[in-house]
Amino acid sequence: MNNRLVAFLVGIVIGAAALYFFLPGPGAPITAATVNTTGPAAKPAGPTAAAGSTLATVRARGYLQCGVSQGLPGFSNPNDKGEWSGIDVDFCKAVAAAVFGDATKVKYRPLSAKDRFTALQSGEIDLLSRNTTWSMSRDTSLGFDFAGVIYYDGQGFLVKKSTGITSAAQLDGATICTQTGTTTELNMADYFRGQGMTYKVLAFEKNEESLSAYDEGRCDAYTTDASGLHAQKLILKTPDEHLVLPEIISKEPLGPLMRQGDAQWADIVRWTLFALINAEDLGVTQGNVELMRTSQSPDIRRLLGAEGAYGEAIGLKAEWAADVIRAVGNYGEIYNRTVGPDTPLGIPRGLNALWKNGGLMYAPPIR
Amino acid sequence: MQSVKWLRKNLFSDVWNSALTLFALWVIYISVPPLLDWAIFKAVWEGNGNTCREITSGACWPFVKANLGQFIYGRYPESELWRVNLTFVLGVAGLIPMLMPSAPAKKWNLIYLVVAYPLIAIVLLAGDRPGLVGVDTSLWGGLLVTLVVAVTGIVVSLPLGILLALGRRSDMPAIRMLSIAFIEFWRGVPLVTVLFMASVMLPLFLPEGVSFDNLLRCLIGVALFSSAYMAEVVRGGLQAIPRGQYEAARAVGMSYWQTMGLIILPQALRHVIPGIVNTFIGLFKDTTLVLIVGIFDLLGQVRAQLSDPNWAVPEGATTGYVFAALVFWVFCFGMSRYSVFMERRLNTDHRN
Amino acid sequence: MRAAKSKGFGSISWTNPRLRSLVYQLLAIGGTVAIISFFVLTARANLERQHIASGFAFLDHTAGFGVIQALIPYTEESSYGRVFLVGLFNTLLVAVIGTVFAVALGFVIGVARLSNNWLIAKLAAVYVEVFRNIPLLLQLFFWYFVILRPLPGPRESIKLLPDVFLSNRGIVMPAFGSTQATLAFVLVTLATIIGVIIMRRWARKRFLATGQTFPDGRLSLALLVALPLGAALIFGAPFSLTPPVMGPFNFVGGWHLLPEFVALTFGLTVYTASFIAEIVRSGIQSVSKGQTEAAYAIGLNPSQTLRFVIIPQALRVIVPPLTSQVLNLTKNSSLAVAIAYPDLVAVFAGTVLNQTGQAIEVIAITMAVYLVISLATSYAMNVYNARVAIVER
Repeated sequence: MNNRLVAFLVGIVIGAAALYFFLPGPGAPITAATVNTTGPAAKPAGPTAAAGSTLATVRARGYLQCGVSQGLPGFSNPNDKGEWSGIDVDFCKAVAAAVFGDATKVKYRPLSAKDRFTALQSGEIDLLSRNTTWSMSRDTSLGFDFAGVIYYDGQGFLVKKSTGITSAAQLDGATICTQTGTTTELNMADYFRGQGMTYKVLAFEKNEESLSAYDEGRCDAYTTDASGLHAQKLILKTPDEHLVLPEIISKEPLGPLMRQGDAQWADIVRWTLFALINAEDLGVTQGNVELMRTSQSPDIRRLLGAEGAYGEAIGLKAEWAADVIRAVGNYGEIYNRTVGPDTPLGIPRGLNALWKNGGLMYAPPIR
Repeated sequence: MQSVKWLRKNLFSDVWNSALTLFALWVIYISVPPLLDWAIFKAVWEGNGNTCREITSGACWPFVKANLGQFIYGRYPESELWRVNLTFVLGVAGLIPMLMPSAPAKKWNLIYLVVAYPLIAIVLLAGDRPGLVGVDTSLWGGLLVTLVVAVTGIVVSLPLGILLALGRRSDMPAIRMLSIAFIEFWRGVPLVTVLFMASVMLPLFLPEGVSFDNLLRCLIGVALFSSAYMAEVVRGGLQAIPRGQYEAARAVGMSYWQTMGLIILPQALRHVIPGIVNTFIGLFKDTTLVLIVGIFDLLGQVRAQLSDPNWAVPEGATTGYVFAALVFWVFCFGMSRYSVFMERRLNTDHRN
Repeated sequence: MRAAKSKGFGSISWTNPRLRSLVYQLLAIGGTVAIISFFVLTARANLERQHIASGFAFLDHTAGFGVIQALIPYTEESSYGRVFLVGLFNTLLVAVIGTVFAVALGFVIGVARLSNNWLIAKLAAVYVEVFRNIPLLLQLFFWYFVILRPLPGPRESIKLLPDVFLSNRGIVMPAFGSTQATLAFVLVTLATIIGVIIMRRWARKRFLATGQTFPDGRLSLALLVALPLGAALIFGAPFSLTPPVMGPFNFVGGWHLLPEFVALTFGLTVYTASFIAEIVRSGIQSVSKGQTEAAYAIGLNPSQTLRFVIIPQALRVIVPPLTSQVLNLTKNSSLAVAIAYPDLVAVFAGTVLNQTGQAIEVIAITMAVYLVISLATSYAMNVYNARVAIVER
C-alpha cells in the first residue's frame, strides 16, 4: 500500500515535470547566430502568405533553414566559433533579411553534395545555397527551381607542379579525385570521352577525404569548380607546390535553389538575388543605403521601397530590399568580402563582374 | 628459481612452444618500441602547428591539446559549457551506484536513470526553458554527441526491445509476425542506410510542415536499429527462464503482465546484463557512423579539425585518429570488463 | 488460456481470452496498416507536390560517370541498372574475401588464446581487446590514410615480385589470360576436386562404420597437386600472363588491387576476426574436458580426438554466432563509402541517388539487397541448426 502511494506521488511529480519541460517555453533559442526578436517584420505581413506556403512556414518557425556546404572557404565555411561566412552564407542572410528584416534569423544546415537534394526535396531546408550548378535535370525532374546565378564558375583541375603537367590534355590515363554526387563527376566523364582519353575516378563522400587523398598522392589530379580549387588549395600541406590548370572544361553557373511548386517563395529568393545585383548596378551600398533612400533616382527609390509596392507583391514589406542591403551589402561588396582579390582566395571578378564592366552579372529591373 | 620454472613450463616446454615464444617476442620487438617512440619519446609535446611541421618523427600532441575543447563539446557556446559538464556529472552520479551490485535502491536508481535523467539532460543541453538559453543541436559535437547518441539509443531501445522480445514470444500469431518482421528488418540492413534514411528520407514521409531536428532524426534511426538488437538479447534471457516459472505464476492466478513484470522479466533481464552491456558497446562504436550524415561526433570532430590549415601537419591525422581510438577504447574496454565482471557474478549467484 | 482455446470461441465478453487476443491482434494489424498507409500516402503527396520523378524507369537511363573498379564490363554509356550490378558485385567481392580472411584469422587468434604458451595467449588477448573496442569506421580511416601515406608514388613503386609492384595506387600484378590449354586444365582440376570429396566421404563413412583409418588427408593433397600439374605439363601452360607496363601516370594493363579495396578488406578482416576469435574460443571451451578424456579412453589419438570429437561439437556452438559475424561483415562493408571504395552504397545509394534524385526507390533497392542477403543466410543457418541440433530425450 505504502509503495503504491510513493509510486503514485512520484508519477505525479514526473508528470508535472514532463508537462513543464515539454510545453514550449518562452526563451529564445541560440541558433548558429543568436536570434533577436525585434522589428516589425517578425509579424506576418501581407495577405498573400497562404497557409502551407514556404513563406508562411518560415515565418511561423521564426527562422530560415538554409542548406550550405560542410566547409568551403569563400562560399560557406564555419570558423572555430561556429560562425559561418562566405558568399553562399551571405545569400542565406540576405533572404532572412528580406523575410524577417533580420539577417541573423538563419539556421545553417551543413550538407554533403550527396545529401543536399534530398534535404531540399524533403522540406528539411527552405533554400539550398550551396555552390550548386544550375542544370536542366535539376531544374526539371529533380523538382527544383533555380533563382538565378550567384557565381559563374567552371570545372578545372589541380595537379602537383612536380608532375610537369601544364595542360588538361596531358591527363590521359590519370587517376582523378573528386566528390561523389556532383556534376564534376559527369563533366569529367564527358571531357575525357570527348578528348578520346582514359581516366580513373576516385569519388569520395566528403570533400576533405577527396582532397587529403589527393594530397597523399593517391590521385594525379583533383577536380572541382575552379573557385573551389583556389579555396581548397589553401588547405593543402604545401599550397605552393600545386597548380590550377588553365583549362575550364564546363559551364558551372552556381545558384541558390528551392523546391518547385511555390511560386511566391521562388519569387522572394529570385528577387533577393536580383536586388543584390541591382544594388551594385545602382551604386547602393551597405554604407550609403540610408542616404540613397532619399535619392531622386526612381530606380533606386523603387529598389529601396520608397516608391511603389514591390515588396507587397511578393508577400514582404516595402523596405525588404533595403533590409537586405543593410544586412549584407550589395553583390559586389559580398564578392569582395568573401572570394575577391583581397581575400585569401584572391579570385578576380572575371565573369562575375557587372555586365557593364564586361562580366555576366545582369539583373532584370525592379519596376 | 620459481620464475625459471614458470618460464620453462609456460614458454619453453618443447620445441614448438619455444618457437612460438620466439615468434611472439619478435612480434613484440617489431611493434612495441616503434610505437612507444612515436607516441612518447619522439613525439612533439609542446608547441603549435609549426613545431609539428618541423619535427615529424612522432605524434603531434599539441594538435589534440589545442582542439580538446572541440573534441569534447563540439561548438557548444563557451558560456554554457557548465550545462554540459553538469549533465556529465549527473549522469555519472546516477550510473555509479547502478553499476555496483551492492548499492541499495536499484529500482529508484533505474527510474532516475531511465526516466528522470534523460528529461533533465534534454532540458540542460537543449535549453529553451525559463532561465536557460536554447542551444541548437547543430552546435553540439564531439564526445557530447557520441554520448547523447549512445545513451539515447540505450534508454529508448531497452523498453522497446523488451516489448519486441515479448511480442516475438507471444501466443498471438499476428503480434508475433509483426515483431519478427520488425526485428528482422532492422537487423538485416546496415546502419549507414538506416541513418541515411532517417536523415534525408524521413521528412518525405511526414506531412508538409512537420520536421524534426537532424540529430533527433538520427537518434530515432539509431534507437529503432538498436531496439531490434536489444530485442534479440532480451529474447535470449526469456528463453533461459524455465517453463515452470511461467506455469507457477499462472497457477497462482497472475495475469500476463503480472507474470512478465513481476516474475519473468526481473529474472530474464538479470541474466542478460552482459548481453545488454555488449549491445551498448556495439552501439557506442556505431555512433561514429553519424558523421556520414553530417553530424559531428568525436571522430567527425577530429576529422573536421584536421582540415584546419593551421594543423595541416604530417602526423596530424595519425595523432587525431590515435587519440579518438584511445577514447573509444577506454570506454568500450571499461564496459566490456564490467560485462565480464557481471557475468562471473551471475554465474556464481547461479550456483548458490 | 490453453483450456479456453480448445473450447472454441466461447462467450462474447472481455474476460474471454480468445476474443481478447483476437481484438489485440486486429488492433495491431490495423495500427500497422494505418501507419504504413499514412507514410505511403504522405510520401506520394509530397513527391507529387514537389514534382519529383518516381518509378524505376531511371534504371534504364545512361549513367554517364566512371567507376574505378568494375567486375563486369562497364563504361560511362552503361545504364544505372548496370551501376547497381557493379556496386553489388563490388560489395560481394569485399564480403567474400573479407569473410575468408576474417574466419581464418579469427580461428588462428581464437586457438592462440587457448595456447599453453603464456606469451602467445596474452598477445592474442591483446589483439582481441584492442581491435574489438575501437570503432570500425575509425579503423578504416586509420588503415586507409596510414597504409597509403608511406607508400611511394607509382614511378618509385616497390617491386614485390617480378612484375608485381606496390605503390600508393595499390598492388599491380600481371593479368591472367586464357590459352588453348585453359579449358583442359580447369576440367582436370574440377574433376580432381570432386574425386577428392567423394574419396573423403567414403573414408569417413568407413571410419565411422569400422574404425579403420585411411590416409585421405595426405592422399587428397597429393592428388590435388599432382593431377592439375600433370595436366599443365601435358597440355601446355594453362594461363598466359600479361605484365603491367608503366604508363604516363601509372601502370597500364595487368591487374590492379586498389588501396581502397585493400584497406577495406584489411579493416573488416582485422575487426571481425577479433569477434570470431572470441566465438571460436568459447566454442572450443564449451566442449567439456570429459569428452577429450573419453575419446582418449576409447583409443583415439589427439588429432583424431580433435577432428571427430572436439571440432564437430565446437562447431555446433561456433557456427550460429559465426554466421551473424559474417553478416555483420557484409553489412559493415557499406562503410566503404567513407574511403571511396565503389561498393553498392557508395555508387548506387551515393552517386546514382544524387544524379537521379529518386531517394525512395534507390534506398529501398539498397536495403532490399542487404535484407535478401541477410534473410537467405538466416534461412541457411536455420537449416544447419536443425541438422546439427542435439536430439534430446
